[in-house]
Amino acid sequence: MATVGSAGIEPTEPGIGHGLLDVAKNRFLLHLLVKKELRVRYQASMLGILWSYVKPAVQFVVFYLALGVFLELNKGTEDYAVYLFSGVVVINLFGEAFGNATRSIVGNGALVRKIYLPRQLFPLASLQVAFVHFLPQLLVLVVGTLVAGWRPNLAQLAGGILAIFIVCTLAFGLGLLFGAVNVMFRDAENFVDLIIMVATWLSPVLYTWDRVANALSDVPWLFTLYQLNPLTAAVELFHWCFWYPATSGSSALPPNMIAFGFAGLAVSLLILAFGDFVFRRLEGRFAQEL
Amino acid sequence: MTSSIEIAGVGKDFRLNHSRSLKDMVVSKVRKKDRHETFQALDDVSVQVQQGESVALLGLNGSGKSTLLKLISGVMRPDRGSIRVRGRLAGLIEVGAGFHPDLTGRENVFLNGAILGMDEATIHRRFDEIVAFSEIEKFIDTEVKFYSSGMFLRLAFSVCVYTEPEVFLVDEILAVGDEPFQQKCLARIREIQDEGRTLVIVSHDLDMVQKICERGVVLERGHVVYDGESAGAVQQLRR
Repeated sequence: MATVGSAGIEPTEPGIGHGLLDVAKNRFLLHLLVKKELRVRYQASMLGILWSYVKPAVQFVVFYLALGVFLELNKGTEDYAVYLFSGVVVINLFGEAFGNATRSIVGNGALVRKIYLPRQLFPLASLQVAFVHFLPQLLVLVVGTLVAGWRPNLAQLAGGILAIFIVCTLAFGLGLLFGAVNVMFRDAENFVDLIIMVATWLSPVLYTWDRVANALSDVPWLFTLYQLNPLTAAVELFHWCFWYPATSGSSALPPNMIAFGFAGLAVSLLILAFGDFVFRRLEGRFAQEL
Repeated sequence: MTSSIEIAGVGKDFRLNHSRSLKDMVVSKVRKKDRHETFQALDDVSVQVQQGESVALLGLNGSGKSTLLKLISGVMRPDRGSIRVRGRLAGLIEVGAGFHPDLTGRENVFLNGAILGMDEATIHRRFDEIVAFSEIEKFIDTEVKFYSSGMFLRLAFSVCVYTEPEVFLVDEILAVGDEPFQQKCLARIREIQDEGRTLVIVSHDLDMVQKICERGVVLERGHVVYDGESAGAVQQLRR
């Protein structure tokens, strides 16, 4: 009879995790959680994953008609359609990842209350699901910009990757923070919806950065603040990667764009560290508060 | 002899008022009423469980046994005292807690196995055994929401008993399925015991508990009032 020996094992305190380090040890579980999320989302749905094309397509058409055609923004901006879509794609990734991560702990309440597992897995699974929905949109963007005559160089492609990295870090950090707070105060959900709505308008997605620079020319520090927003940095890097190489190159790029890209990454990493800290502080109370 | 679970002076309080609206805060401020009335679910509980031991946690409703089990499993953390556990631990606080109705039986076995701490290779290796034990081979690729409650419980229990943790926590799950299936579950639990795994069971089925566990701990309003032979524990409760 084989017996189990645990004599050599040091006793540990149950329920005390190692934060994000635990996630690395649970990659298989993370993979299954992502799969579950996708399966459940498109259960009994005819279009299934095609919805991740339909939604941004409609959003794009509406924005393009209202802003590009009616407000005539496409007259001042070369290839406005590509410009618009490359920003929309970034904001969609942020919005979906952040929104779902915020709801992930409460949404998985049944599990959180009954079985201990590293709870960081839930927001991280939300981020991965958002990324799965982001890829087809990215594909559409690439096709669109190729049609417009896309010729990117390596630096610009690297800029695009940096932008994705910034957005994922930021959305995950904020998702940890608000996901944990949401357990105690359900207000967080509504607050996050507000942030996501405002995010589209507070970064140069629909308009170009020079309009903001002109409007804020008397208060240059406000424009610096605007550029320090990691989402502004990510959107501008995406423009540089996917839109700029398809145009004649006559549009001016925002000042110190790459420097602000790295600043945006630094801000996002700080937010991630803070989000993880708050999450770990509140984690012990999840089960009794849900 | 190595200890498996060390519970030392553990206490746990729950807040009774959970309202967080601004209105309630203002009202209680004006009335100068303490909003944070607490309820002591556990107080100064100390229990040592040796490796390979099977312990039953007994007590009436509200005595704190499920809370203690949740503290051991790590779902909740104690407010006072400390708990230490040696080795991997799997808690079945509720059968099928990690099951999702929209997934098939097969997908749920993988998801739940992973939630209970099995790695991919182990689940693949154990998959056929798990399904055979649950006796629902025919329906394994059907969504779980179409299962009867008995089928659901059987599959959930089967996943759990094949997770092979060093410490096993079980809350009121032995009432699974019909008589033959219960016998099978009991036999499987004996196997788990023979393998030298530690077992902590919460149950109201006193006869069953007496059969499985040699030791019983009786809780009353958050305090340990008896710790010894399970027969004595059952007597204490029936008194």
